[in-house]
Amino acid sequence: MTVERGHALELLRQMVLIRRFEEKAAELYMLGKIRGFLHLYIGEEAVAVGAMQAFTPEDAIVATYREHGQALARGIPAGSLMAEMYGKANGCSRGRGGSMHFFDVSRRFYGGYAIVGGGMPIAVGLALADTLQGRRRVTACFFGDGAVDEGEFHESLNLAALWKLPVLFLCENNLYAMGTALARHQSQMDIGLKAQAYALAGEAVDGMDVLAVESATRRAAEAVRRGEGPYLLEVRTYRFRAHSTADPELYRTKEEVEQWKTRDPIALFAARLREWGLLSDADLTAIEAAVGREIEAAVAVAEAGPWEPVEDLLRDVYTPRTP
Amino acid sequence: MKTTYREAVRSALSEALRSDARVFLMGEDVGRYGGAFAVSRGLLEEFGPERVRDTPLSESTFVGAGIGAALGGMRPIVEVMTVNFSLLALDQIVNNAATLRHMSGGQLSVPLVVRMATGGGRQLAAQHSHSLEGWYAHIPGIMVLTPATPADARGMLLAALREPDPVFIFEHATLYPTEGEVDESAGPAEIGRAAVRRPGEHVTLITYGGSLPKTLQAADLLAVEGIDAEVIDLRSLRPLDTPTLLASIARTHRAVIVDEGWRMCSFAAEVSAQLMEGGFYDLDGPVARVCSAEVPMPYAKHMEDAALPQPASIVATVHEMLRRHG
Ligand SMILES: Cc1ncc(C[n+]2csc(CCOP(=O)(O)OP(=O)(O)O)c2C)c(N)n1
Ligand SMILES: [Mg+2]
Repeated sequence: MTVERGHALELLRQMVLIRRFEEKAAELYMLGKIRGFLHLYIGEEAVAVGAMQAFTPEDAIVATYREHGQALARGIPAGSLMAEMYGKANGCSRGRGGSMHFFDVSRRFYGGYAIVGGGMPIAVGLALADTLQGRRRVTACFFGDGAVDEGEFHESLNLAALWKLPVLFLCENNLYAMGTALARHQSQMDIGLKAQAYALAGEAVDGMDVLAVESATRRAAEAVRRGEGPYLLEVRTYRFRAHSTADPELYRTKEEVEQWKTRDPIALFAARLREWGLLSDADLTAIEAAVGREIEAAVAVAEAGPWEPVEDLLRDVYTPRTP
Repeated sequence: MKTTYREAVRSALSEALRSDARVFLMGEDVGRYGGAFAVSRGLLEEFGPERVRDTPLSESTFVGAGIGAALGGMRPIVEVMTVNFSLLALDQIVNNAATLRHMSGGQLSVPLVVRMATGGGRQLAAQHSHSLEGWYAHIPGIMVLTPATPADARGMLLAALREPDPVFIFEHATLYPTEGEVDESAGPAEIGRAAVRRPGEHVTLITYGGSLPKTLQAADLLAVEGIDAEVIDLRSLRPLDTPTLLASIARTHRAVIVDEGWRMCSFAAEVSAQLMEGGFYDLDGPVARVCSAEVPMPYAKHMEDAALPQPASIVATVHEMLRRHG
């Protein structure tokens, strides 16, 4: 596999940005600056960063409650995301959503769904709207292995395939649905295979390898864009941190986690780039420094952001009517 | 022009499909079959399969796809065969349709219209007779309409399509063959306004949807005895036109609410609370309710009749009220 140096460094930078952003978020959570549920993506960065390369600004993104990575990779400013987690009015959802509900319509980032599987029909509908209006765009739908258990997964694959809708279904298989291992929640653990049941294209890819994710997603997205119907991509990954801030991790061993950490997507990619002579110590230092400044600035944006006045409580339940 | 409720809904659907390219219809059996209640018969032939779409039996996903299509610039009209099956779509309705505008900090609107048949009275037993519109009215972020006349069936659907937010329309299944005057040139109905269907002085009977014909019959029976009942049709459960109700009880001083939902936690309970909060000193006695009995709907005709509000039970409730607080 070959990769152009500038692009490689950009992929690395985005993964490092997600990693440091979340480490900072975890720290701020301990300080009580961020509350609610916080689902970290650490270990899975190659999925969002690799996949997002395949989408144009016209394409739509639908994600889950574990969506910090997708949001950053989509280019939503870190400050606007951090402010959202603070609950500030300058957050990407004006403080009404929090960590689980990031939205940025200007980037066609349609959320942030915290009901497992709940975003999938929405993605099907966005793709239906494109088809009916004759637009050649892709809707990317991210979801976890747990969502595969839900009826909406099966219904959505069936409907999208039946109507040949341009949806790219991206299953982030991190082997756990909260504390339930894949073997304990799926009778057929080969998720990519499920595409066959609904007559759509499907494949599995190593989610710890950012370049593999990128190229598989590009292939899939191009097929979808050509009008060949939906595609199911199973991306095999692992989350290094607890399910959420509320999880004591009783369901897996430290050894298992350590074993997976030897396949840390950032370390793997950095080592590979060094091997190929595309990355120097100075490059890495520069990336870390730039990311560090970006995170610092993001925290400053969140700290400085205003609280929405409580008089506005009932705002945005219904669309304001123009008399 | 005199027409049926069914024809009135169809006329609104076809007018909407004709006048707005963003409108499309989807649901189970809306196309080739012509709709479970024959409401969309002929529309597939007229507008084609792109715009009149038969869906798989996937309530959650085709309602959710309606939400997504609305976000994507379309004006979907989703038909859920009946309210009983809408329970499989509750997640999309409650967690997505109702919340997306809010959760996105006002970035999104969901201009979705969902129609469904509701109610009992056809001997369909415990899984096909629900009246759950009161549940839906509990949810901020959506609107709940209950047209009771052919004119409203048409006008409210046209009005719903102009709303930027999700609108749920409950069509009582026993109303489809009923007839009424419909002005085909009339535009959209006003949403959020109750209608006085029969003015009266002695007691206010408040109802909506499939219970309106029964309540009007009850008012006729009462009139024979010299009791002059006012009948108010709520038309819209959310938003609720409380001022019209309060103005009426300020004149009649008595209120009976007729609601096909079960009594416990019913929409009638909400109306009663609002009358108490806003009109306590206008009332001569407690508000009364005529609701469905606390039992899953029985199949046998005489038992089903006994479970549902009926003209006789409405009349009896008014008698009791006048006897105790006359
Ligand atoms: C419908 C529903 N059921 C249960 C939950 C509680 N819950 C939140 S996340 C989760 C596990 C989901 O696992 P997966 O889809 O694999 O995503 P991951 O968290 O691994 O990214 C569960 C059970 C929920 N949010 N929604
Ligand atoms: Mg998982």
